This record gives sequence, structure tokens and C-alpha cells, in this order.
Amino acid sequence: MVKTEQHIDQVLIPILEQVSDPEIPVLSIMDMGVVRSAIIENNVVKVQITPTYSGCPAMDVIGDDIKTALNKAGYNSKIELILSPAWTTDWITPRGRKALEDYGIAAPLNAEADKEALLGHKKIVKCTNCGSTNTRLVSQFGSTACKAQFQCEDCQEPFDYFKCLK
Amino acid sequence: MKENLYKYILGIADNSLILGQRMGALTGHGPSLETDIACTNISLDLFGQVRSYYQYAAKIAGDGRTEDDIAMLRKEREYVNVLLVEQPDTDFAYTMARQFLFDVYHFMFLTELQKSKDLTLAAIATKSIKEVSYHKRFSSDWIKRLGDGTELSNQKMQNAIDNLWTYTDELFHQTEADKAMVKDGIGVDVTKLKEGYYKQVIEVLEEATLNIPESKYFQKGGKEGIHTEHMGYLLSDLQYMQRAYPNMEW
Repeated sequence: MVKTEQHIDQVLIPILEQVSDPEIPVLSIMDMGVVRSAIIENNVVKVQITPTYSGCPAMDVIGDDIKTALNKAGYNSKIELILSPAWTTDWITPRGRKALEDYGIAAPLNAEADKEALLGHKKIVKCTNCGSTNTRLVSQFGSTACKAQFQCEDCQEPFDYFKCLK
Repeated sequence: MKENLYKYILGIADNSLILGQRMGALTGHGPSLETDIACTNISLDLFGQVRSYYQYAAKIAGDGRTEDDIAMLRKEREYVNVLLVEQPDTDFAYTMARQFLFDVYHFMFLTELQKSKDLTLAAIATKSIKEVSYHKRFSSDWIKRLGDGTELSNQKMQNAIDNLWTYTDELFHQTEADKAMVKDGIGVDVTKLKEGYYKQVIEVLEEATLNIPESKYFQKGGKEGIHTEHMGYLLSDLQYMQRAYPNMEW
């Protein structure tokens, strides 16, 4: 019943890859996994996107940016926001995870490790500056709904950790 | 229109709207930067969930009203949130106790709502529960931290729990619309959540070295639109822009 695979027309991929997450500009919405389908029908592109968090204020902007990018490429488009299946951090691609790390945001751990890290039980989140795992949870909530705040005890760098959502 | 379904959706959504408004009002007023950000993040999650519910309610109502109209343009007695979520931020212990007492319920409720025969409600529940699991972890953590903290923090948290306890029983009351929806396999039978709820809450309170309130006197009324004196003030804040500048948009 629930479709978890993406349906995206090959020709649209390079266009959609140019659209970035407005809050994490290094990350394309494709690597973020928010585009669930993009199909050309009668010269109109039907795009389905799904929010990372319910209250994500970036979704409207992402919708507009997709429209603009497709328009530049000569397509009209219709954007639909879908909630099911619910987005999970598993949909961030390996390239997306690397982009996050390079940008200074620690990529999400698996669900179990995430819980240990956010309860402050284990020091497992890697500092994005020096790579040390001698890090400390500052707050379970960070600058955006999807992140928590950490600080490295070795190099003292404060950084964001992208929370696991499963 | 499907009257009962419409009412049922509002029953869920209004809780999140009013609690979201309470938490959002802490923007810039949290006791520390981190807790301030946490409270507003929780508020943002709740508002996000509320949008999905009200959009659906507007579709069901089918009378031209939008999600914003439903959120902003009802009178006090037309809001059907539980009394718990409208209680004021007397101090940070109250804020966290209110959040915790609601989060435990909210998580259990959404767990069941995921199985609803109504696929839109089930989808919203599946999306929301991921966020609510973080809220619950955060508020539980603060119950323990303040309860098992200093003599003063323990006393303040005990005070908050004692005073808010009276609003917990209402979570498990059913309106006529609720009952009809349960019968149709759409709604959650909240009466079945009660035992598990108190068990979970008591577990955390004990770990936090807090006393379990003994009072058996409970307040209710919110689900029928009869609110506490705090609700009017909250709404005047929430609705100010729409009342002062009707139909304004961002």
C-alpha cells in the first residue's frame, strides 16, 4: 500500500539536484530525500515533496524553488505536499551525509545510537571540526527542528547534530 | 459534511494549537537560550501538525473556510482542547510539567491513531509521533532534573505536578463525537489509554523523587468548550492580528 521508492523521471534529476535546502544550502533536496516523485505528464511536471518535520518552514520555499528551477528548464509544474510515507533520515543519501559533515553538521546516527547520544549516555557524536568523539550534548533542540546542539570537549567547537528520525 | 469527523479532528488539533501557542509565547523568554530554543522548536512541531489537521478539517467542512479561519476565528467556547494545555506558564516547572503530562498522553494517542481507518489521520499521526517522541524525552528529562535536583527545584516541580494533576483525567473523557468515531474505527478509544498513562507518568515521577498526588478531584470541561479563566487571555493574544486586521495575510 505504501510506496517508499522514489519515482523520478531521469531527465528531471539534474534540474532537481540544483535546488538546495534553504536552511542547509550545501544540501540538494534530492540528497535530502524530500522529493518523492517527479513525473512529466502532458508537459507538466507533477512533483511530490514530503516535509522533514511537520512544522518545517522551508517547505513552502522548497516548493517555490522547484517551480522556478523547472520553469527555467521549460516546464510548468504542480507541487504536492505528501505526508505518507513519513520522511526519515534514512533517505538522506551518502553524498548528502558527506555534504552535511563538510558543512559542520554531524550526520544522524542510527536510532539506538541516537537515543544514547541525546540522553547524554554515550559520547559517540563525532566533532565535525576535529573528529573527536569527546563531545557533549548542549541541548536536544537546536537552531532548527531537525538538529540538536553539541560541543566538542577537545577543540571546544560548538556544532549541530542532525537528529535521527525514523 | 461529516459532522462527527470534523469535531473529532478539532478535538485533536486544538490541543496542539493551544499548547503550541503557550510554548511559542516563550520565544525570547525561556530560562536559558537552550530551553528557549527547545520550547519554540516544540511549538513549531505542534503548529506544523496543526496545519495538517486544520487543512483536513477545512476540506471536511467544505464551507469555504480555510485552515487559518478554523485556527484563528472561532470563539472561546468553540475550542475543544483539554484544560491542561491552556494552563499558564506560572514558572518553568509548570511549563515542563504541563508538557510532560501532555506528551505522555500525546505519544500514546498517536501510537493508536496510526491504526485509524481514516488514512489522512493515520498519516498525520505517523508523521507527528516521530516529533512527539523527542518532546516526551525532553520534558521527561526536565521532570527528573528538577525533581531530583535541589531542594528548591524539587519543591517547585512538586508544586507544579500537584496543581496540574487535576487536569489529567480529562484526557481520557470522550465526547459524543469521540464515541462515534471510535465506533467507526477512525477514533482512538482514549479510555483504554488511562491505565498505561498513569503507570508511565508515575514511573517518571518516582525516578524524579517526586510524590504522586493523591487528589482524586479532577477538572473537566475543555472538550465541551468550557474553559478555565486563562483561555480568553490566550486567545486574545493568538487572535489579535486577525481581529485587529481582518483577513490579513503574511
